[in-house]
Amino acid sequence: MTAILFFEQLLNGVQLGVTLFLMAAGLTLVLGIMNFVNLAHGSLYMVGAYLMVAASQWTGSWPLGIALALAGTLVVGMAVEVLALRPLYTRDHLDQVLATFGLILFFNELVAVIWGRASLYTSLPSYLQGHVELLPGSIYPVYRLTIIGIGLFIGLLLWYVVTRTRLGMLIRAGASNRTMVAALGVNIRLLYTVVFGFGAALAGLAGLMAGPIYSVQPGMGELILIQVFVVIVIGGIGSVRGALVGALIVGIVDTLGRAFLKPLLGHVISAPAAEAAGPALASMLIYLLMAVVLALKPAGLFPSR
Amino acid sequence: MSKPSRSALAIAAALALSLGAATPALAQQKIKIGFITTMSGPQGIIGKHMKDSVELALEHLGGKVGGLQAEVVYGDDQTKPDVGVQVANDMIKRDQVDIMAGIIWSNVMMAVVPAVTGAGKIMIGTNAGASPLAGAQCNELYFSTSWNNDQSPEAMGKFLQDSKVNDVYVLAPNYQAGKDMVTGFKRYFKGNIVEEIYTKLGQQDYQAEITQLRAKNPKAVFAFYPGGMGIQFVRQYHQSGLRDRIPLYTVFTVDETTLPAIKEAAIGQYEARFWSPDMDTPASKKYVGDFRKKFGYTPSFYGAQSYEGILLIDSAVKAVKGKVSDTKAMVAALRKADYDSIRGRYKFNVNHHPIQDFYLLKAVKGGKDGAEMKIEKKIFDDHKDAYYKDCKMKW
Repeated sequence: MTAILFFEQLLNGVQLGVTLFLMAAGLTLVLGIMNFVNLAHGSLYMVGAYLMVAASQWTGSWPLGIALALAGTLVVGMAVEVLALRPLYTRDHLDQVLATFGLILFFNELVAVIWGRASLYTSLPSYLQGHVELLPGSIYPVYRLTIIGIGLFIGLLLWYVVTRTRLGMLIRAGASNRTMVAALGVNIRLLYTVVFGFGAALAGLAGLMAGPIYSVQPGMGELILIQVFVVIVIGGIGSVRGALVGALIVGIVDTLGRAFLKPLLGHVISAPAAEAAGPALASMLIYLLMAVVLALKPAGLFPSR
Repeated sequence: MSKPSRSALAIAAALALSLGAATPALAQQKIKIGFITTMSGPQGIIGKHMKDSVELALEHLGGKVGGLQAEVVYGDDQTKPDVGVQVANDMIKRDQVDIMAGIIWSNVMMAVVPAVTGAGKIMIGTNAGASPLAGAQCNELYFSTSWNNDQSPEAMGKFLQDSKVNDVYVLAPNYQAGKDMVTGFKRYFKGNIVEEIYTKLGQQDYQAEITQLRAKNPKAVFAFYPGGMGIQFVRQYHQSGLRDRIPLYTVFTVDETTLPAIKEAAIGQYEARFWSPDMDTPASKKYVGDFRKKFGYTPSFYGAQSYEGILLIDSAVKAVKGKVSDTKAMVAALRKADYDSIRGRYKFNVNHHPIQDFYLLKAVKGGKDGAEMKIEKKIFDDHKDAYYKDCKMKW
């Protein structure tokens, strides 16, 4: 029983991890290659979720909705890069933080104006609604398995793109030494737009997949953004591999902490104390982890430069 | 402007002032009501329900409150106590409102009530149910058209106790209201509680908690997850396939502000509340019917209480014949609760909180959203909150 329970919680952790990874992959590249602090990454996650609702209602098809929403987020991401972020590359980080915080407010109000403030309903096709019995006595929602599957597939795809293609080479080079890449005649501007656009699409993918589980509402992106920053700090800024490992670590540690910390503490300290300390400590766990990683490896687990 | 006319104006003003001082309770021509709620952010949807209900009340009253031409000034507290106080002060000083109403959140209410009553104005709370204001800190000038926070969980506890359901698993967010809800629940539920889980406020994913819960195999789950947390928890509970095996009982989790986002995932859900849109009273039918016609969606209890806030003020202003500034007479008139309540007639307890019935509600198939709340049975008759004995008011 306990082994099955542990396995299920591990799966829950991986599922949270891959969602974080999709967000973190784009953010870490933008931060690593463009040296740009983008607080509005959560807004792109929200845009993906909203576009998914609109597109799947419009087309009446779930896969078609995904395709349209992804394309839409890509376009929104590139437009944001070209229109709003370009003038900010030469400014310092504080200006970037301020400007992208403004973008958060802008996007939150924009979706509220278009779709209203109420949470939107998101449906799933019937083939994703059920649950399967993975192990005897352990039933698991099909949709969550789908998320894990898609997330790991995207992870593989990214690994291939980053390590095996010319674009990936430029991305890696950009993360290590931007000035040199530009000096060698690479159109760094275009590279920025492409990287930002695809990062946005990945965030959109995370958002549209999160829609049916969480609630699609203005400000939904900020709730996950903090965890994503923890992931890229742990993984190492600019490293996709770091983002994957960091996301899985954060997802699993957070989930297992919430599930098992209180009963474990109960063995060490008195039950009422564990009752109070358990939930508090569980919600702090990933930040404690980040502090430890920062103390031991200040550049993260997989530093890119 | 020439000099003579300016001095004439000053004389007129002085005259008006002295007249005002001589007869402080002059019947006025207009009444200004300050209504504070949350209009921005994710919780803005509750504010929309409340504002629309106030507008409907004004329409039902022909634009007049107690026979006076009415104007409502709306303010947004952004769910923050300090902003709430600032908005209230602006309304009292700048807009010169006669009476205040609204407020969703207990912490905002705790901050705003002293500011309003300190300025000698009356506050009609239309949602927040902070227990200090029902008990030791009750106030002559503070009335509530809602309930005290833990009355709904008390009702749910009573229902589960009466139905002899044992082995209940309890979940709530880890903050004051979460703990208060569980305290209220345990005041009436005396059976075995398998485990009490407090999750992080604002948490999105409950799969880990649901997995733990399933392993313990309880007979029922009691939860309190307001707003977006509720949408997420109920949906994920539904997706986990537990709905048919372990019934889910909640308070302030599934209502008409969240049902449009939860839809069929809510079917089978139980809630405890003092009112539901299907309540069979003439006043409620009129409110719900006209609301749906005017705004195209189903009103929630948040809206109902706000609609009532205006009706309550209307009844009192009528009783004092428009002398709104006669606070003593106003308080005496408000205490009578002399209006057609959507929940049926009720009396105010000594602490200015309604003594009212509580019901078990169930989400069933139907309605525009695919699911709607229906009253299953009455749990409490004329239920008083647990704090009124600490209130020293005498009347």
